[in-house]
Amino acid sequence: MKRLLTLLLVCFSLPALAQELRLEDPELEERARDLQREIRCVVCQNESIDSSQAGIARDLRVLVRERLQAGDSDEEIKAYLVARYGDYVLFRPPMRPETWLLWFGPAVTLVLAGGGVALAVVRRRRRAEGGPAALSDEERTRLKRLLQEDSEKGGPA
Amino acid sequence: MIPELGHFTLVLALLVALVQGSLPMLGAARGRADWMAVARPAAFLQCAATVLAFAALTWAYVVSDFTVLNVVQNSHSAKPMLYKVTGVWGNHEGSLLLWVLILTIFGAAVAGFGRNLPPSLKARVLGVQAWVAIGFFTFMLFTSNPFERIWPAPLDGNDLNPLLQDPGLAFHPPLLYLGYVGFSIAFSFAIAALLEGRVDPAWARWVRPWTLAAWTFLTGGIALGSWWAYYELGWGGWWFWDPVENVSFMPWLLGTALLHSAIVVEKRDALKVWTILLAILTFSLSLLGTFVVRSGLLTSVHAFAVDPTRGLYILLLLVIAAGGSLALFAWRAPSLKAGGLFAPVSREGGLVLNNLLLATATATVLLGTFYPLFVEAFTGGRLSVGPPYFNATFLPIMLPLVAVMAVGPMMAWKRADLAGVLGRLKFVALAAVLAAAATWYIQEGGPVLAALAMGLAVWLFLGTLWELGERVRLFRVPAGDSWRRARGLPRAAWGMSLAHAGLAVAMAGMIGSSAWKQEEVRVVRPGDEVALGGYSFRFDGAQRIQGPNYLSDTAPLTLLRDGRELGTLYPERRFYPVQEMHTTQAAIRTNGLYDLYAVIGDPQPGGAWTLRLYLEPLVPWIWFGAAFMALGGLVSLSDRRLRVGAPRKAAKAAAQPAPAE
Repeated sequence: MKRLLTLLLVCFSLPALAQELRLEDPELEERARDLQREIRCVVCQNESIDSSQAGIARDLRVLVRERLQAGDSDEEIKAYLVARYGDYVLFRPPMRPETWLLWFGPAVTLVLAGGGVALAVVRRRRRAEGGPAALSDEERTRLKRLLQEDSEKGGPA
Repeated sequence: MIPELGHFTLVLALLVALVQGSLPMLGAARGRADWMAVARPAAFLQCAATVLAFAALTWAYVVSDFTVLNVVQNSHSAKPMLYKVTGVWGNHEGSLLLWVLILTIFGAAVAGFGRNLPPSLKARVLGVQAWVAIGFFTFMLFTSNPFERIWPAPLDGNDLNPLLQDPGLAFHPPLLYLGYVGFSIAFSFAIAALLEGRVDPAWARWVRPWTLAAWTFLTGGIALGSWWAYYELGWGGWWFWDPVENVSFMPWLLGTALLHSAIVVEKRDALKVWTILLAILTFSLSLLGTFVVRSGLLTSVHAFAVDPTRGLYILLLLVIAAGGSLALFAWRAPSLKAGGLFAPVSREGGLVLNNLLLATATATVLLGTFYPLFVEAFTGGRLSVGPPYFNATFLPIMLPLVAVMAVGPMMAWKRADLAGVLGRLKFVALAAVLAAAATWYIQEGGPVLAALAMGLAVWLFLGTLWELGERVRLFRVPAGDSWRRARGLPRAAWGMSLAHAGLAVAMAGMIGSSAWKQEEVRVVRPGDEVALGGYSFRFDGAQRIQGPNYLSDTAPLTLLRDGRELGTLYPERRFYPVQEMHTTQAAIRTNGLYDLYAVIGDPQPGGAWTLRLYLEPLVPWIWFGAAFMALGGLVSLSDRRLRVGAPRKAAKAAAQPAPAE
């Protein structure tokens, strides 16, 4: 905790150049901001170059704008930064075999857990059906009607 | 002398915990009532000893006893008294002591209020509590003793980290710990139930209020931490998906799931095994949250190795607590009898879906938080997992959850009619679609997610109100009847509505601040005006002010709208000479709908200053919403207190235990 705070502090106390070049083209400027939010300030603790006041973050902000003006695509700029600082500089980890688990993990978890729940429900219903004598069709419709009335009333709390 | 007393009582507490963790457990296994009866006085004694130890450390801080190493490292004679006291837990050793203090107080509360618990269950719960405490006591005494002395004593201390000298952060850890430790009760009950081989609704009636209390505290703690980050870190952010935040968020997410599944156990005697597992996992995540922050594991892998005794001990404790209890679960859970049946479309089914989504969301945060560690350990490569990842994975899980949140409470137990429920919500759905469209229109296109999420927030908010309205038959019966019905509703129902509506409000705040924030950064000289969002800020020059233990540069900003003066904002930049650190104090002016947020940066040549201004739409709603959620928890808790332990048929004669105190 303390370590993190200290690091955070380093990022705030370094001199910041306030009036930065804003790109005149609003579309380019927006792209610059979007990119900045995805690029990590490498000397800070978990902060993007967009919010960091560290010197290197400012340099990178200038660099991003220069590259955008030179006509580079977002991907080219990211590739350039990765070549210099490694994947660490990207807040959005690249999709590669070693990050498949990271990217697909949540969806796989949801599918597996959902499947498990569905299986449990089916199994329990089957077991329950095997239990007491099955209802006749007439009883079933009557039960359904009763239940429906019950749920229309809002049901018990 | 007093620190030695503290040290002594800490050792005493450990010894008492050892007795409490063994004798009553054995007694429960062999059916010896006299052995089981030891648990109660032991829990009281253990609590009293820990209170004394904590008081001794507080004393050392209050009188600035610089012969105590911990005080030297974290205090200073010039520090204001408030921060001398809160400094007790503003460090590794002291915060552990606070943690275990809360643990023993909760343990004593179970012992005191648990008169109507079956003796063997009570003995086992207190026994498990004692083992958790033993882990902490030994960790403290062997690796992080807060009472260690230093000789010769230095003339003054090193002061507390200035960032921690703030009311928000001063009370953030105690709330967080009340939450973490509250889950330990659910955990102890879960382990005790596994040992007993029995889970019944009475068990859930005990677990639920404790879980609710823990959840309420944790909600407050996380909100306070986020608020602190917002006003103290100085760029108007309130959540960063930082590992340290994530580890406190995970127990909250899973604790929320536990809260809901415990309802099913209590009302319908179903989902028992799953609830036990959730209780174990939630507390394991709380332990993870407590320790990982200290180990330095997440900020840097190397910090883990710097202090091998501490790191290894932590790892060992986690493995024993989580691994051991999961092994016990795997061994004993199959013997638990399954309970009530329900159709997939029912209140129970809705709560299962809630649990499914919340558990997946927790797994996602866990994965994102620890993945860089695994990658570094296995391939040596370094990765960053930041907000873009969580936005891409966490939000798609949470948004459907919000969508079903409005529907779930309207479904009947056992078997519900989904089409009927949706039909009853048609006006709410219409309003939600309109809200999404209006958002889309107002922001002129803009982020699709913001419009969608705003629609969902409105859906949840109105859906919650609608459910409440139906329950009191608003506009269908005379207003007086509705009022009587509203007063007659169980407090738990009010609590749920408050909490659900609170989440909707907080959601709107989160959307507003992420999607429509405006900012302006300028170098200003005295007399300069900066315009933002229809307001104008006039900089009148900075003044140097001497604080109690810091120097402050305060820059009064006159706030103008259409040439009219509205007031003055006082953003500050403080310098703490002892730690040679700067902090920013943002000036925030709120009207409840949006915040005007001003920070001064560094001085520039010629009396100029860097000024950062933000207009943060809806941000106050995040904390209003969180406050509603916590309030909902409290309201619901007040209901539990009246009814807990008094199942209508069985234990009518038993005294009301009121464990939630």
